[in-house]
Amino acid sequence: MKLRTRLSIIAGALSVTAALTAPTFAADPIKIGLLEDISGDLAVLGKPKLNGSLLAVEEINKAGGIMGRQIELIHLDPQGDNARYQEFARRLTSKDKVDVLIGGITSASREAIRPIMNRTTIPYIYTNQYEGGVCDAGMISNGAVPEQQFSTMIPYMMEKFGKKVYVIAADYNFGQISAEWNRMIVKEQGGTVVGEEFIPLGVSQFAQTIQNIQKAKPDWILTINVGAAQDSFFEQAAAAKLNLPMGSSIKIMLGFEHKRFAPPALNRMQAVANWFEEIDTPEAEDFKKRWHAKFPNETYINDMGYNAYNAIYQYKMLVEGAKSTKLADLRKVIATGKACINAPEGEICIDPKSQHTSHRMRLIAVDEKHAVKVVKDYGVIQPYWLASIGCDLTKKNDKKQYTPSDLPKK
Amino acid sequence: MLYQFADVFAFLILSAAGLAIVFGMMGVINMAHGEFIMCGAYVTVGLVHAGFPLPLAQLCGTLAAGIIGVIVEMAIVRKFYTRPLDSLLATWGLSLVVTQGMLILVGSSVAGIGTPPGSFAVGDYTFSVYRLVLFAGALAALGFVYIIFMRTKFGVHARATMQNAKMARALGVPVGRVYALSFGIGAGLAGLCGALYAPTMTLIPTMGATFIVESFVTVVVGGSNVLLGTAPAGILLAAVRTTLNAWHGQIIGQIGMLIAVILIIRILPEGISGFLTRKQR
Repeated sequence: MKLRTRLSIIAGALSVTAALTAPTFAADPIKIGLLEDISGDLAVLGKPKLNGSLLAVEEINKAGGIMGRQIELIHLDPQGDNARYQEFARRLTSKDKVDVLIGGITSASREAIRPIMNRTTIPYIYTNQYEGGVCDAGMISNGAVPEQQFSTMIPYMMEKFGKKVYVIAADYNFGQISAEWNRMIVKEQGGTVVGEEFIPLGVSQFAQTIQNIQKAKPDWILTINVGAAQDSFFEQAAAAKLNLPMGSSIKIMLGFEHKRFAPPALNRMQAVANWFEEIDTPEAEDFKKRWHAKFPNETYINDMGYNAYNAIYQYKMLVEGAKSTKLADLRKVIATGKACINAPEGEICIDPKSQHTSHRMRLIAVDEKHAVKVVKDYGVIQPYWLASIGCDLTKKNDKKQYTPSDLPKK
Repeated sequence: MLYQFADVFAFLILSAAGLAIVFGMMGVINMAHGEFIMCGAYVTVGLVHAGFPLPLAQLCGTLAAGIIGVIVEMAIVRKFYTRPLDSLLATWGLSLVVTQGMLILVGSSVAGIGTPPGSFAVGDYTFSVYRLVLFAGALAALGFVYIIFMRTKFGVHARATMQNAKMARALGVPVGRVYALSFGIGAGLAGLCGALYAPTMTLIPTMGATFIVESFVTVVVGGSNVLLGTAPAGILLAAVRTTLNAWHGQIIGQIGMLIAVILIIRILPEGISGFLTRKQR
């Protein structure tokens, strides 16, 4: 009896070992880890990101997957909490052993998980427009950056409305660094920043801010306030008849404030974007139709959701080009400079030096009825800034974030 | 400056009035206070979208929050009067359930309704008339609380119950009903806050959280008496915050207000009303 038990244990152990050492079949799924908030203060923005990812995965799996392998999407909801972002990034990389990690909304969440990803060899794709400057060999960014958004919009605003600008920005790395970009560009163009106000996340009352703006008498306002609470600014400014032109790198295409607030709160808002739902090219219309068929209750397909959709197609393109899911092999494909896909906005390519993405940028303006119209088409703009300050990921593996006041040592 | 002061004062008083009753008087650490505010706001906005005029919708929002408050008291809070720390957990749990439930049921955001138009100019500055309505609302809320708790039979019963429930019951006060109604009034005032602020804010399920710090801070500084405590606390904190906001922006305003709170509860552990009552004796 005893002997038989022991034998059966040995047999059992052997069969487990056999299972573990069995060769992985080509049909094993590719695991994509996704971290997006679908609850908490940024749920408004995170939900379309999850939906975009789901849509892309469904389409790719239906069409046969990536190199014949199906995609398995593992989504976790960090609820807007940076500590949870870190915990979940560790879990996805070490326990679930994902092949790639995608996600993060705020720049704070991205900076929270980047060090964790840097200790692994798993690629990380950040899918938001942001304040730019991350030169990280392990990260691919597919959202727009300041040279695509600020270097286009700020000169336009100064020419059209005047040289005096007032800034209201969220008080964390995104707002602070974006404000720094604004200061640099305004100075280059011979204008002045007549006021800058950094607002803690979660603040919802703006009577004093509105009065400060009226005191400073700017020609226009740069609004890079973040989160649902801070968006109350628009309603309160409209009620106080502030009625100044506004420019932003995140409003309309990202937070669809023109759909969430009653007109005319967002009147005279301008933004430069690679995607907004009002784009009406045939490719964009087709994409919107597919999205709304899958998610009929979506209020607005924002640029984050759109980028999240593209990210999975970009990953597919890289893996198929490399015939591998290893970061080093994917980077060889990026280094050729031909890592492009046909996105709904047109062709977008990953820049080898910075691993950021080129985009076709358009300037949009909102009227008093909250209709959006395209004012200017800038064509395709490369993410050139990082390369111009000396970031070259084809030659040197870096992992730092640079800003106009914090450049790499030559 | 006066306008700014009135604005901050209104925000503090409206967000704190309901909590002053529930936490200050009844001693229930109500973490779901923000969700009653959210409830008032959502009902208001929903009714406006359905075609109701704004003031009527706001009234309904207030009443809805009040009625839900009575139900919550009878179903949950009632069991926890002798266990204040457990009431914290229970109401916090309720708050999580409600926010997540709203997120699932009505989605992550609701279209706003726009602030009623109207503005006036003083020199170079233009102000929204609606902000004055908010200020009036804050004063009205204080007046309402004063009349209910100081000038009615219910008020006498309520104050007696809060001081010594057993004795009050022995004297024939319907203690259970008094608790339920007091909680309902507190929740209704929270609903009023949400209803009044609904046109000026982004509507999301977690919107209550933007009020909760200010409301607890005001109530703690004020102490247990709504009229003697909450109103002076509102004036004091609004003055601190307005001055600092004007001097160096919102961050300093917020930091300064919280430092003021720490100092006040260090010097006056029973809050302003405790200090005033002691002085009277």
